[in-house]
Amino acid sequence: MIDALAALAEPSRFRIVELLRAGPRPVNDIGERLRLNQPQVSKHLRVLKEAGVVDVQAKAQQRVYELRPDALRQLHEWLEGYRQLWDTRFSAMDELVEELKAKEKPHGRKRK
Amino acid sequence: MAARGSEAAVTNQTSMELDGDRTIVIARTFNGPARIVFDAWTRADLVKRWWAPASRAAIVSVEADVRPGGAWRYVLQPLKGPRIAFSGRYREVVRPDRLVYTVFFEPTAEGAVGPESEAAVTTVTFEERGGRTHLVSREMYPSREVRDMVLASGMEGGMRETMDQLDVLVESLG
Repeated sequence: MIDALAALAEPSRFRIVELLRAGPRPVNDIGERLRLNQPQVSKHLRVLKEAGVVDVQAKAQQRVYELRPDALRQLHEWLEGYRQLWDTRFSAMDELVEELKAKEKPHGRKRK
Repeated sequence: MAARGSEAAVTNQTSMELDGDRTIVIARTFNGPARIVFDAWTRADLVKRWWAPASRAAIVSVEADVRPGGAWRYVLQPLKGPRIAFSGRYREVVRPDRLVYTVFFEPTAEGAVGPESEAAVTTVTFEERGGRTHLVSREMYPSREVRDMVLASGMEGGMRETMDQLDVLVESLG
């Protein structure tokens, strides 16, 4: 998971992953669409493959890359856990903020 | 997601983004003025009320000497396992606008180890507009590895709500 996250932190690699959402693509096609040269694309794809984000298949002399949905789904859940932790804390803070607002109001005034 | 805190007029969304290799940015709006949100974030007696998610841990103690150079330390008792603690020092304290402090994780609550240069640095800004406050917390970790471990620590939490970029990706994959 950590590898997948690191792999996606690089903007070109994130664009490759976005491109592959539409379906599997051969290496040279990826390079053309994203205006990356062959060595760059190969390097990025290698990192993505090692991180488990993409798979590769040989088809008629071409290397075709595709996304591994499970890897992305896991990554999403993994990140979501930390956000959820903060969301829980913030909900508790909401109550506290309401309480402090009420305390701040001068006496004799109607509370909301 | 079930309605929580239904007395609040507006349910605000918590956003989270990764910025580069080492930083996590968390943002949320609160329905109150900055001075109140700032106090809730910093004052020891108030931190006790919200910092530990009840489903996961209980707060044992909170100390916070909220001034530049002052120390802070929160000790937690997780539902399982030994006590843990978070601690550090305040670098900037500008009530109610801005806070900068260091953060060390103490895996067995036995004091922070390592030099100040190995601490995470958190910068929190409180921007008030029309009686509401937008809070942004930028957590900058000493390395990608440390940041990812922190992210992984959220794993036990529920995983329901949506999240920007990755969420779009996941949806598109059906």
